[in-house]
Amino acid sequence: MVPLSYYLVLSAILFACGVAGFLIKRNIITIFLSIELMLNGVNLSFVAFAAQLKSLDGHIFVFFVMVVAAAEAAVGLAIIISVFRTRETLNVDRVNLLKL
Amino acid sequence: MLPLVLFFIFAALCVGGAINLLVQKHPINSALSLIVVMGSLALIYLLLGAEFVAAVQVIVYAGAVMVLFVFVIMLLNAGVEERTEHASRVAMVLGVPGLIIGLSLAVWVVSHLAGLDRIAIGGPTVMNGSDVFGNPQAIGHLLFRNFLLPFEVTSILILIAIMGAVVLARREE
Amino acid sequence: MGIGTYILVSLVKIVIALLVLLTAVAYTTLLERKVVGHIQNRWGPSRVGPFGIWQPLADGLKFIFKEDITPPFANKPLYMLAPIIALTTALTSIAVIPIGPWIKLGSINTPLQIADVNIGLLIILGVTSVGVYGVALAGWSSNSKYSMLGGLRASAQMVSYEIALGLSLIGVLIFAGSFSLRDIVDSQAGTWLGFIPKWNLFKGQFVAFFIYIMAAYAETNRIPFDLPEAETELVAGYHTEYSSMKFAMFFMAEYANMVTVACLASILFLGGWSGPVFGPPIVQSLLPVFWFAVRVFAFMFIYIWVRGTLPRFRYDQLMAFGWKFLLPLAIANIVVTSLVVALK
Repeated sequence: MVPLSYYLVLSAILFACGVAGFLIKRNIITIFLSIELMLNGVNLSFVAFAAQLKSLDGHIFVFFVMVVAAAEAAVGLAIIISVFRTRETLNVDRVNLLKL
Repeated sequence: MLPLVLFFIFAALCVGGAINLLVQKHPINSALSLIVVMGSLALIYLLLGAEFVAAVQVIVYAGAVMVLFVFVIMLLNAGVEERTEHASRVAMVLGVPGLIIGLSLAVWVVSHLAGLDRIAIGGPTVMNGSDVFGNPQAIGHLLFRNFLLPFEVTSILILIAIMGAVVLARREE
Repeated sequence: MGIGTYILVSLVKIVIALLVLLTAVAYTTLLERKVVGHIQNRWGPSRVGPFGIWQPLADGLKFIFKEDITPPFANKPLYMLAPIIALTTALTSIAVIPIGPWIKLGSINTPLQIADVNIGLLIILGVTSVGVYGVALAGWSSNSKYSMLGGLRASAQMVSYEIALGLSLIGVLIFAGSFSLRDIVDSQAGTWLGFIPKWNLFKGQFVAFFIYIMAAYAETNRIPFDLPEAETELVAGYHTEYSSMKFAMFFMAEYANMVTVACLASILFLGGWSGPVFGPPIVQSLLPVFWFAVRVFAFMFIYIWVRGTLPRFRYDQLMAFGWKFLLPLAIANIVVTSLVVALK
């Protein structure tokens, strides 16, 4: 039997790794991956509390978070593709002018 | 005892994958480490009795969303190496582990003060009660009665996302 | 039974299942070559032993002795990882597939299934979803134009037809009420009027069966959906640059996927292992396995028959078929099935 706080600490570690990746990485796709890592950390918190409170509302919330993450990934990747077509680069430091 | 050992193994996989995502230079390696993180999270969900959520995590997240990421990385074939310009090396080496350790220490202290480390979850009560908790029938009951409106709204959200992705990624003729 | 006995019994089952599956894969290659040969009015392999029985053995030895070439500038770790992912996911699905009812060996009462989880069908769908990575990574890491195009096309095709595959199974789930494969087979036991078996196919799921077969053919990259690996189109698609054992792993993965699809179709639509049972108790417990094997063999024969008969789809026709025809048809099937069940 695992104490609840262990799950919360693991969730915090994943979330912090996601935030760190979001802040320090320069490749737009890696930034996106860090966002997904943050969402996964939060999902773990939801499921852990659902197990503690014996309520399935946490699972439903995780379901909706996954759906929204999938929709966001689709649209975000489409934006990345169209940015890449015009700017020819995936480095966010170079996409810093409104007009080329 | 066994759930504790399993939790530590899967948690080590998760944290290893997350650190690897930060350390790798090529986005394809980062994407593969994220898939490892999602897989071990699915195993942790199984430890917590969330079997439907674990299956959906593998099917939707690791099997569809990450395939999309891998496709885009393969298609664009750019970003072989990335350098962070104007960044202080010292700040990164100290700051990133500092952030991770700081946040987890904060969560540990708060959960200790709230008494959450005396509550044990998982284990036999969850694993033997899989006919009433976490199985697809129970989730279906909840999803289509109490949460019917959010369910329908997310279906409209997915429709909008599909239309947006198709329009945005189209080549200008 | 105790935890030690359980682990021991499970290990024995895993070893038997893997041996049977790999032998089935090897002899499916022989069956394919013989059947396609006869369709084309020639003998298949017939030299290496009576009726070519030892041909798979000869092929295996040939694969082992071939030179293992790695293309230059290929991404080595991913290049080696891709066939491992493909073969592992192809072999993992056998863990939740039941081939018979519970049997009693001495004091051990065990199901003829490695793991009877109550989300068995979802696990098979999940493992199939992860199998896409083997194809995509193989195409990209080979650093070759044919492989890249073939890999992208094959993985896009697999992802598109996964949707129709999953949706076509919902009609079956509505009738069975559970994701566990054993429960789905048990819900098809018995007969109407004494001789029409209560299979899901006869309960009105013909459309779902048709969709499932089409989607399964596309998932396993078989004719008529095998453009990504057709020789006249893209040399060999995503496994162009692979040689010897790694190519053999892709090959085995494809045939193992075919066997899994055949097993699933017989469990979900054709009643699993139901059939007349007679004789002494030891025969009675093994006869259902025989009936299951008959169904799987029939499916493999149909697979190979279609391969020898039909031409292949062009890629845009293939994708249009999956998205614009199979997907709405599967959704319509779900709507009609749930209306029928709700109004009963």
